[in-house]
Amino acid sequence: MPLYHNEDQAMLADTAAGFMAEEGNIAKQLRHWRDRNCKDGFGHGLWKQMAEMGFTGMLVDEADGGLGMGHVEAGIVLEEIGRNLTPSPFLTSSVLAATALKHGSNDLKGRYLPGLIAGDSVFAVAIDETAKHRPQRITTRAEKSGNGFRLTGAKSFVIQGASSDMIVVAARTSGSDEDADGITLFAVPKDAAGMSHDAVRLVDSSMATHTKFDGVELDGDAVIGEIDGGRAVLDAMLLAGRVGAAAEGVGVARGAMDMTVTYLKQRKQFGKLIGEFQALQHRASHLYSEVEIARAVTIKAQQLLDAGAPSAELMASVAKAKVAKTARLAVQEGVQMHGGIGMTDEYDIGLYMKRDRALAEFLGDAYYHANRVAELSGY
Amino acid sequence: MADLETFRSETRAWLEANCPPEMRQPVRDEDDVYWGGRRATFKNDAQKAWLEACVAKGYTVPSWPKEYGGAGLSPAEAKVLREEMGRIGARPPLSSFGIWMLGPALLHFGTEGQKQRFLNEIARGEIRWCQGYSEPGSGSDLVSLQTYGEDKGDHWVVNGQKIWTSYADHADWIFCLVRTDKENKYGGITFMLYDMASEGVTTKPIKLISGNSPFCETFFDNVKVPKSYGDDVPAYVGTINRGWDVAKYLLGHEREMISGADGGDRTAGIGAAMKRHAARLGDELDPVLRAELAMFDVDALAYTAMGEKFLDEIKVGKAHPAQPNMMKYAGTELNKRRHELVMAVGGSRSLEWESEATEGGKPSRSWLRTKANSIEGGTSEVMLNVISKRILDLPGA
Repeated sequence: MPLYHNEDQAMLADTAAGFMAEEGNIAKQLRHWRDRNCKDGFGHGLWKQMAEMGFTGMLVDEADGGLGMGHVEAGIVLEEIGRNLTPSPFLTSSVLAATALKHGSNDLKGRYLPGLIAGDSVFAVAIDETAKHRPQRITTRAEKSGNGFRLTGAKSFVIQGASSDMIVVAARTSGSDEDADGITLFAVPKDAAGMSHDAVRLVDSSMATHTKFDGVELDGDAVIGEIDGGRAVLDAMLLAGRVGAAAEGVGVARGAMDMTVTYLKQRKQFGKLIGEFQALQHRASHLYSEVEIARAVTIKAQQLLDAGAPSAELMASVAKAKVAKTARLAVQEGVQMHGGIGMTDEYDIGLYMKRDRALAEFLGDAYYHANRVAELSGY
Repeated sequence: MADLETFRSETRAWLEANCPPEMRQPVRDEDDVYWGGRRATFKNDAQKAWLEACVAKGYTVPSWPKEYGGAGLSPAEAKVLREEMGRIGARPPLSSFGIWMLGPALLHFGTEGQKQRFLNEIARGEIRWCQGYSEPGSGSDLVSLQTYGEDKGDHWVVNGQKIWTSYADHADWIFCLVRTDKENKYGGITFMLYDMASEGVTTKPIKLISGNSPFCETFFDNVKVPKSYGDDVPAYVGTINRGWDVAKYLLGHEREMISGADGGDRTAGIGAAMKRHAARLGDELDPVLRAELAMFDVDALAYTAMGEKFLDEIKVGKAHPAQPNMMKYAGTELNKRRHELVMAVGGSRSLEWESEATEGGKPSRSWLRTKANSIEGGTSEVMLNVISKRILDLPGA
């Protein structure tokens, strides 16, 4: 498959770019909700509009009422989300939770998917237990109780946890904390008794929770996939999420770069446009090269994932790491080349820096994924 | 697709019958590579047989038209041939600047007479060519070149000096950029073809930091270059004074080649191989070195994806015309980093300049060689200038 968008995908890209620039732009969404101290950190109105555009259920199978599209298509939407710093539950709900629910029973799908597709529901995922992403170690426990389970433990960095209707929780149902097996995934209603959500605002104005499970009683039908066999579902969900986060990161990098290059063509110092200075030209050109490369490997990862290729896992980690490095460069160069104005809240470039930091930590940073690349390559 | 599969099985059978076992070994020495030309000698019968079989089949230049010595293969067929040759580890039958550089220029700009004569000679490996571009004062600023051809009616008299002329001391003919109009910077250069045996041409090898001398200084002292070699065979490519168009076209090819975007394996991940390399030396990777390798592999694998994307986009005309500059910049910087890491993993072993274990200092000589990657074919700084100007549209200084 050639590594560029086909005609349908190019059309979708045009549509998504136009929509997100119009409705999801920084002034209308990120700043608007931030300045009102919005408890959700995003607007439900936009989420509903995204449903009308057909974005929310892109990765949901047609048999389940979705569009049955792939990760290339989801990546197109995510890139525009990244470019406009649009706060929305797309990545957690439409990519991560939707991927997990593919493995759920028809009953579970019937309960949750229509709300997702209609833009009425928001889903979160609870994976991390430590400050760094370590999904190989799951200590939250779900013990058999009657015909269901009792959930005990704590999760952190649950993005939009307090605003969600349902949270996908990875818990241990057997074995010891370090075991790969013995994991089960549960679809837990946010308001289940025994759950508490300590919401915190993050540096990029998004909202996350520290969520505690204090003997939360779950029915057996809350299980997504096989009991004790949840690692495969968790891995599939993480893989989709990483490729999606890479796509959003490409958008962040491109947004920051475009803003910076535009600024280089406007700002004058020493009687010249600063874009005339070779020192800045070379750095901008280097940045452009890195962004192009990061984008190429992200499309590669999306295509491999859509094709079900075994190499998708390696390429997903390459993409997540490359994008994290590249977006970091883009926002740092962006603020530096803007000079003093880049440090002001009034100017948007700093918002890119904040978003990059949060997005890079989500589902593993550049170090985590470079280490994965080494492991998967056998060294 | 069925046709391609037929082509694949036929190619496989042909290679089985025609590629001698000795030609399925990795290249170890300079004389394992056959460059052709008037003075060329074969290292052994297998090398000769392999070349002759490929010439007869058109496989020295598989995608050139049949009437010019090629096999007329489609891009898909040429890819199958490359894959099948790669599968058995077949050596290229002929290495040649005629194939890589001059051929594409003649196919694009040449007259029918030039194509008939020169392309066939190149395909058969009869004439070895060198490239006369750079001058002592005109490296990155190539267009400032001073070598001058004075118009004498039916011929020019060329005076000047070229530098970094690869293998000029072994070449039979040169394709050379010569100023024919001193008033016009870009529009005053002619792309000439002439015999290195002409009176007044001398060459002097340049010894490099790697200890090798692939490059020469080349001097032209009143060299008489006729304007034509016969009916429809002018001694220049394209138009007189418009040689810069040809040079620019060729530089695009050269940059793709140097960047590794031609699909070579130079940009693949190296961490796993380096772990094995260290193990062979009875050592293991330091954690920090492992981390550097992992970060390198991330960049290398991402660049490989970029290379694929670039080639895919070229096929359908989607690539930005200045994209080869980006590929060249990123690819060569990456290759330098790669060889630094190879040296680091080898430790003191990779420092050995003349030992059997290093096959005569192969790692260190290669490491030194790669330092030129970001200088030759346009420096990294020039590549960044081009990206600034032509892609990012930044204002001129």
